[in-house]
Amino acid sequence: MAHDMTADAAHAHDEHHESPVVFGFWLYLMTDCLIFGTLFAVFAVMRNQFAGGPTGKEIFDLSGVGVETAILLLSSITYGFGMISAHQNKVGTMRTWLAVTFLLGLGFLFMEIREFSHMVAEGNGPDRSAFLSAFFTLVGTHGLHVTCGLLWMAVVMVQSMGKTVLSERMINKLTCLSLFWHFLDIVWICVFTFVYLMSVI
Amino acid sequence: MADAHTAHSGESHGSVGSYLTGFVIAVLLTVAAFGLVMAHSFSPAGTAIAIAVLAAVQVVVHLVFFLHMNGSSEQRWNNMAFIFTVLAVAILIAGTVFIMHDTAINMMSR
Repeated sequence: MAHDMTADAAHAHDEHHESPVVFGFWLYLMTDCLIFGTLFAVFAVMRNQFAGGPTGKEIFDLSGVGVETAILLLSSITYGFGMISAHQNKVGTMRTWLAVTFLLGLGFLFMEIREFSHMVAEGNGPDRSAFLSAFFTLVGTHGLHVTCGLLWMAVVMVQSMGKTVLSERMINKLTCLSLFWHFLDIVWICVFTFVYLMSVI
Repeated sequence: MADAHTAHSGESHGSVGSYLTGFVIAVLLTVAAFGLVMAHSFSPAGTAIAIAVLAAVQVVVHLVFFLHMNGSSEQRWNNMAFIFTVLAVAILIAGTVFIMHDTAINMMSR
């Protein structure tokens, strides 16, 4: 009985305090933040170095960026709904929301790759000017992060197959991925504001 | 126990309501930023400042409603790490822009 009590207390304790795994992942996100900070600083320095090439105003398609932004915003809230289902142990519903998020992420990536290949095909690749090098490095790094997030999401969905109850470990994994996914959305806010919109003004 | 669990998850992991609130605010801020740029109603400098402010507000909205940041004591070290990172990034970006701008002027490359 006494043993049960301590186990129960430990469980309650766990629920009220964030897992060290999640805190560790938070610290990783902070270092990732520094990477993006550095790339934004590079872009800020290079944004007017066109070397006779096109300016942002000439090559950026704002409506495409608007759709990408809408997709990413929507994927943030669908992942959030997935997390709510996970905390209620509704594994099937959770997986459905994750699948929706995955498809939205894939749509975002598809649009970004299409934009990049159009630019390269028109001779406006990263080798054209310092502005375009900085642009492709910054936006490409964000795209790479989204790709990693999608791979991670696929792994988590496969791991949750056939489970009716989510373990503490699984919840931690989902929580870390949710932080990662929402963090990418925050980076994207800075990308569409300081890269796309600022160049078009 | 089950009740306590759901009540708890409602507070610190977000609820449908809090996600929707955050989402609606985020959409409004995004639409405002795109609208300002596409409408050309302000001067370029005014528009730049306005969308920078909108972005900063939207980042805070995402941090609160989606990443569930708050001032509670259990999140103390998360917040410490975050404040340190924001400071480091601010020094990094402001310092880089300042130094490179000064260099460009002194070398008369612009």
